[in-house]
Amino acid sequence: MRPDLQELFRMEKLPHIWCPGCGHGIIMRAIAEAIKESGIDMDKTVIVSGIGCSSRAPGYMNFDTCHTIHGRALAFATGIKLANPELNVFVITGDGDATAIGGNHFIHAARRNIDLNVILFNNNIYGMTGGQYSPLTPTGSKATTSPYGNVERNFDIPTLAIAAGASYVGRGTAYHDKLLKDLIIAGINNKGFSLIEAISMCPTSFGRRNKLGNAAKMLELQKTAAINVKAAQKLPPEKLEGKFLIGELHNKPAPEFTEEYDKLIAKLRKEAEQ
Amino acid sequence: MTVNKARLIQGNQACAEGAIAAGVTFFAGYPITPSTEIAEIMSEELPKIGGKFIQMEDEIGSMACILGASLTGKKVLTASSGPGISLKQEAIGYASMAEIPCVIVNVQRLGPSTGGPTSTAQGDIMQARWGTHGDHPIIALCPATVKECFDLTVKAVNFAEKFRTPVYVLLDEIIGHMREKVILPNKEDIEIVDRKRPSTKPGDYKPYRTDESLIPEMADYGTGYKWHVTGLHHDETGFPTTKPALVEKLMNRLMSKLDKYKEEILLWQEESTDDAEVLIVAYGSTARSALDAVEKLREAGIKVGLFRPITIWPFPEEALARLAANVKGVIVPEMNYGQLYLEVERICKDKCKTSGLFKANSEPITPDEIIAKVREVL
Amino acid sequence: MSKRWEFRLSGTGGQGLITAGIILAEAAVLAGKEVVQSQSYGPEARGGASKAEVIIDEKQINYPKVVIPNVLLAMSPQPANKYGSEIKENGLIIIDSSLISDFNNEKARVVEIPITKLAKEDVGNILTANILALSAVVGLTKVVDFEYLKEAVLNRIPKGTEELNIKAMEIGWQWAEKHVV
Repeated sequence: MRPDLQELFRMEKLPHIWCPGCGHGIIMRAIAEAIKESGIDMDKTVIVSGIGCSSRAPGYMNFDTCHTIHGRALAFATGIKLANPELNVFVITGDGDATAIGGNHFIHAARRNIDLNVILFNNNIYGMTGGQYSPLTPTGSKATTSPYGNVERNFDIPTLAIAAGASYVGRGTAYHDKLLKDLIIAGINNKGFSLIEAISMCPTSFGRRNKLGNAAKMLELQKTAAINVKAAQKLPPEKLEGKFLIGELHNKPAPEFTEEYDKLIAKLRKEAEQ
Repeated sequence: MTVNKARLIQGNQACAEGAIAAGVTFFAGYPITPSTEIAEIMSEELPKIGGKFIQMEDEIGSMACILGASLTGKKVLTASSGPGISLKQEAIGYASMAEIPCVIVNVQRLGPSTGGPTSTAQGDIMQARWGTHGDHPIIALCPATVKECFDLTVKAVNFAEKFRTPVYVLLDEIIGHMREKVILPNKEDIEIVDRKRPSTKPGDYKPYRTDESLIPEMADYGTGYKWHVTGLHHDETGFPTTKPALVEKLMNRLMSKLDKYKEEILLWQEESTDDAEVLIVAYGSTARSALDAVEKLREAGIKVGLFRPITIWPFPEEALARLAANVKGVIVPEMNYGQLYLEVERICKDKCKTSGLFKANSEPITPDEIIAKVREVL
Repeated sequence: MSKRWEFRLSGTGGQGLITAGIILAEAAVLAGKEVVQSQSYGPEARGGASKAEVIIDEKQINYPKVVIPNVLLAMSPQPANKYGSEIKENGLIIIDSSLISDFNNEKARVVEIPITKLAKEDVGNILTANILALSAVVGLTKVVDFEYLKEAVLNRIPKGTEELNIKAMEIGWQWAEKHVV
């Protein structure tokens, strides 16, 4: 590990529990780099997670950290941020945690445009429980609970977040880790709800069952299937077939919830003084 | 000491005012009858004092939200009823496990399920004790008057802060919605308790290390202590452990920490118990009917008394056992099919006869019904 | 022995009876009495039969619900029929005779006052019917002094409607005086 990043980790808690080839470690490092480069006060930074493989990340990170309940990270984080808006609040969550059991909190936190930096580790599967299909498992893909191929359709997380009201939305991958770090920094700088989808890979529970090869092959797939949104604008639709967009997908500043609430408090104070 | 003016307010309003008087500055909730007035009042009052109110997307979120706020050092409250309380159970368990102070007002309505939204009931007694999965500590206080709604909400906040545990204030619809004449205490006459903050520097801080108090010191998020909170079993550093010895150490402490403070936590009222031959055990609005019954029966020369547990959980067992040893029978009227009765029966069965008067049809138990039951037992 | 007054104020949702109940209870607080007020909720608050209950006593009130009222105010036919039989022997029933006809009761004294008509024609605002009725209830029972009722009314009503409501109170009181035995 880069020596200058060590203060951001609870070094004694490493190595992490993730399987060999898992993309989560790369994404966690990108978050640490982003925090470091953004220059925010690390004593005033809180990292909240739910339940699942990705949600173990805060345990390794040297901040005030909260490993909460399945799906509820955003609700806890909303309480933390609203109670003390001075804090920089990060949420680390997974595809199942954020969009299945926590789907309601996800859309409403985005709707409020509360200043949270959400990094959603998307590995297309419930990894911790051994590989059941999630709302991000592609149609047709195999999981222990979709042994004949997933019958359901899957979400597109950025579209969901944008529709719900997020003011900053980006997507990176474990392969495009530099881009991922830059997107997280941009999210930190956005005063509002920032959602960064980080495409991860789970060779153990998703790749193996769907014959996607080892971790290197899965990373390769991220490289070939991803197209930067800027490049995509110049391409004809047929060239985008089977591809997914990465980069800054949405950046539209909007009034932030805790600031608006503080304005209300100031207004009531002023009225009371008069 | 100046005396405040007499006012006419609802039980729900008294809860809200009690919470604010106790220092609550954060409320998250979700609309549900018959507790909604509490959220409405908090939404109006909190921003005036620099506090925060949020109406969350659901009951689960509102419980989780107040726990997040509590981690930043704020005193927090939520309020709900029936189905809403069921949804909150998951995060109440988290609060017990991670020892996050919080207060939940439950204005009980008639269940199960949607049941009767405006119907009074006392059907959540056992849910308050065991609603979330696994063994866990809990405190539940049960007011019988509007004034007590205020006083016990103050106490609930103090208990939550001092003992780092979720605390229920268990109203029933009658107590929540009735208006009654009250004279509330002055701010300076209200005892306020704050949670223990760390006595060590951040580097030496072990968030779940305790002394003989059994209650760990709690750092506010954002003050440099960089501590970890989890709902998993954890050791004194706060990090997960699966070692049986450490799991047992944690669970033993959680399950015994309130025992140490019984004298302070256990509250009850005794009325005409000295020479009583029959003892009525009643709580909440039913205790008011029981008081009327006691008065009328005494006028008729029948020696009957009332034991009213104010702290329902943990139950004031020794106090009841002492009284039960000197009476012929104990009667438990309650607006359910016999929930607290189970506890009373367990405590009293070797000492005297026990019987219940159960009613759960949206109507209160009347003094006459209790009188008839006492005569039947005699 | 102190007297336990049990009032049931009934009518149709929207007639302001719950407000009237709260005002009566607040007047009792001002008079230094013990008081408990409760009301029915749900569909009844939207056009069905609506009722507010007030218990006033000199001593502590334990059981907080009305058992059998000594005073029933009925401002529309449906609750008059529904609650008319639940009244103490020698109790008092006040009915709005502009909305209820052919009402009889053997147990209680029935006082007929054309409440809504008076509010509409003599006060000039139908919305004051609840205050007019409340004033008549207090005038007939003398459960609290008129001054306390007036203070309680003025504490509750919207600014700018003071004159109107005082007029309603005076008319209600005068009608009560006519019937005081």
